[in-house]
Amino acid sequence: MVLELQKPRPIWQIMFSTHHTDVGLLYLITSLAFLFLGGSLALAIRAELFLPGAQIIGDAMTFNRIFTVHGTTLIFLFILPFASAVGNYFVPIMVRYKDMAYPKLNAIAFWMIPPAGALIWLGFADFTWYATPPYSIISAPGPAADMWIFGLKILGISSVLGAINFIVTILKCKHPDMSIGQVPLLAWSFLSSSLIILVAIPTFAAALLMLLTDRLGVSGFFNPAMGGDPIAYAHLFWFTFHPEVYVLVIPAIGMMYEIIPRFSRKPIYSYNSGVFAFVLLSIVGFSSWAHHMYATGMSFTEKTVFMVGTLAAVPASAMHVFNFIATMWNGRIKFSTPMMWAVGGIALFFSAGAGGVANAAMPLDFTTHDTYWVVGHFHLFVMGTIAFGSIGFLYYMFPYVTGRMYNEKMGKIHFILSFIGTVLVFFTQHVLGLYGMPRRIFDYPPIPEWITMNQIATVGAMIIGVSMVIFLANMIYSSGKGKLANTEDPFGVGGKYYYPFEAKNPSH
Amino acid sequence: MSGHSNWPEWIYIGVVVALMVWVGAEAWEAERLIEHVPADAETIIVTGQQWFWTFEHEDGTKEIGELHVEVGKAYKFEIVSKDVNHSFNIHDYVVLMDAIPGRVNTVWFAPTEVGQHDIQCREYCGLIHYNMRGTLYVEAPSS
Ligand code: HEM
Ligand SMILES: [Cu+2]
Ligand SMILES: [Cu+2]
Repeated sequence: MVLELQKPRPIWQIMFSTHHTDVGLLYLITSLAFLFLGGSLALAIRAELFLPGAQIIGDAMTFNRIFTVHGTTLIFLFILPFASAVGNYFVPIMVRYKDMAYPKLNAIAFWMIPPAGALIWLGFADFTWYATPPYSIISAPGPAADMWIFGLKILGISSVLGAINFIVTILKCKHPDMSIGQVPLLAWSFLSSSLIILVAIPTFAAALLMLLTDRLGVSGFFNPAMGGDPIAYAHLFWFTFHPEVYVLVIPAIGMMYEIIPRFSRKPIYSYNSGVFAFVLLSIVGFSSWAHHMYATGMSFTEKTVFMVGTLAAVPASAMHVFNFIATMWNGRIKFSTPMMWAVGGIALFFSAGAGGVANAAMPLDFTTHDTYWVVGHFHLFVMGTIAFGSIGFLYYMFPYVTGRMYNEKMGKIHFILSFIGTVLVFFTQHVLGLYGMPRRIFDYPPIPEWITMNQIATVGAMIIGVSMVIFLANMIYSSGKGKLANTEDPFGVGGKYYYPFEAKNPSH
Repeated sequence: MSGHSNWPEWIYIGVVVALMVWVGAEAWEAERLIEHVPADAETIIVTGQQWFWTFEHEDGTKEIGELHVEVGKAYKFEIVSKDVNHSFNIHDYVVLMDAIPGRVNTVWFAPTEVGQHDIQCREYCGLIHYNMRGTLYVEAPSS
């Protein structure tokens, strides 16, 4: 089997390579595989909820396992590895270095992902993506739960190794002629998200170990029956995972910073404001974690502090939106597929942020918390913003990776269907939340509004499903048979590009 | 910022900051009022366990899955859990508070009209979480 289609090599050469574009390719293929696996689970969930009563998923336990693995997969095995793929391809080139700073470490960080994915998929745990105790200690069935814990542990280490590599590559290996103020915004996004990872992840890493020993019965950190406190876990978890949401979103914003000016045929409106917003978000992002915990019985003062912390992070996100719009303003915009995805992603990013502000306002959160509103809110980020930015970027890098062009018409149909589907699913879920439907439920009473909203959402999801089939066909067909790309300027927009091709791959 | 003036961005940031201050102030004020439990509120102990709700009134009567209250009175819920986390929710009255083992959380409400409302669990608690439901009956005052 050969993978690289321009200059074919046997697959093992790529697998054992430590070159950044090879590791990038491995990340890319892995993340896309998990996108399709995790996405299929989402379709199963939506099909089940089309009507009240058991439909296609026979029992509640299976349903609970499916949404747990769905969330875990798409966050940790699609979004993060996809970002690493892009970072591997582009960061060394953007800082003009021959490879990542530590190539072997880079390959090791990648190779931790398949075993972690296997643990998560073979276990198929049911305790949701935040594994809240005491349920996760006293009630969640093993060995699935334990396998999930080990899987996440491995993924955490892989993230930290990857983050160290990006930070050192950018700060220490950038070309001596290049000041940090000349590093492109895409690389800046990796610098910021990597710094967040280093500060945020250790907390959850500790909590996971404590969860494991609690499950084994040798400790009782989070187990009230042994004098522990489940709320302590919630703090440790969200101290990692609120900042982690920025780890997910910042690289996607970085990808948009690459696409938007390119296809607007204008320089970015304000480079400095982009850098400033990244750095600001990385810092302020640490002041808001307990906005996930308003209903746990926090005092009025605590709630106020975390509301203020959350609202304080909003301007930093809003600055990016401004920067994008100002860049497109008066530009000679070419709406090729990558640009469509990026612009759609920005629109959804804006809507998602507006919904987030409503969650943050504490009295409103008691209406939205743990209803479908929250599901809608964060999916506008993870799907609407991050997946849109990532998919747009995949189309953008496609000619560099394969030397061929994808089919433009299919790319546009993919976008249009996905956009319609995303709006149908996730805007509707906001409304469903206002009607009071809790999240994570296998079945629901036949309340007419709930049924209608669920049906709209399911139809939307199926539209996304169809678009993804078109996407897959396009990728597979075009990488082998697409017309050869003009690698100097594949999109016909002029200007200078960063080519992975320019990187000297020793095995070429 | 290669020479060009940046005032539109500053105005924009100013607007966003002002909006956030406004949202924060309104939320703070509303939450402060909501949290103030009336002194004459009757206490109801709400116990969550896999997968049903038990309600204990001040006079010691207990109900399972059903809760009867009267219009015109204020009620303070003291919410506890016997096993894992749950979340006690009467969506129509925006009553939402987690039931966490080892803690007592409180929230209050004052029903305004006779009627029936759904009670549900809004925190994942395992197998039958989806059906950890109950009904609130708001009745006319008895005396
Ligand atoms: C304007 C920026 C944002 C604000 C103000 C905001 C606010 C909030 C708040 C208050 C919640 C808690 C809702 C609840 O459970 O009741 C929440 C949940 C969530 N947010 Fe955001 N958010 C923002 C950006 C993001 C971004 C960028 C992401 C992801 C990339 C994200 C992902 C999530 C997730 C995953 C949850 C739900 C977690 C769960 O309960 O499973 N948010 N957000
Ligand atoms: Cu958060
Ligand atoms: Cu529950």
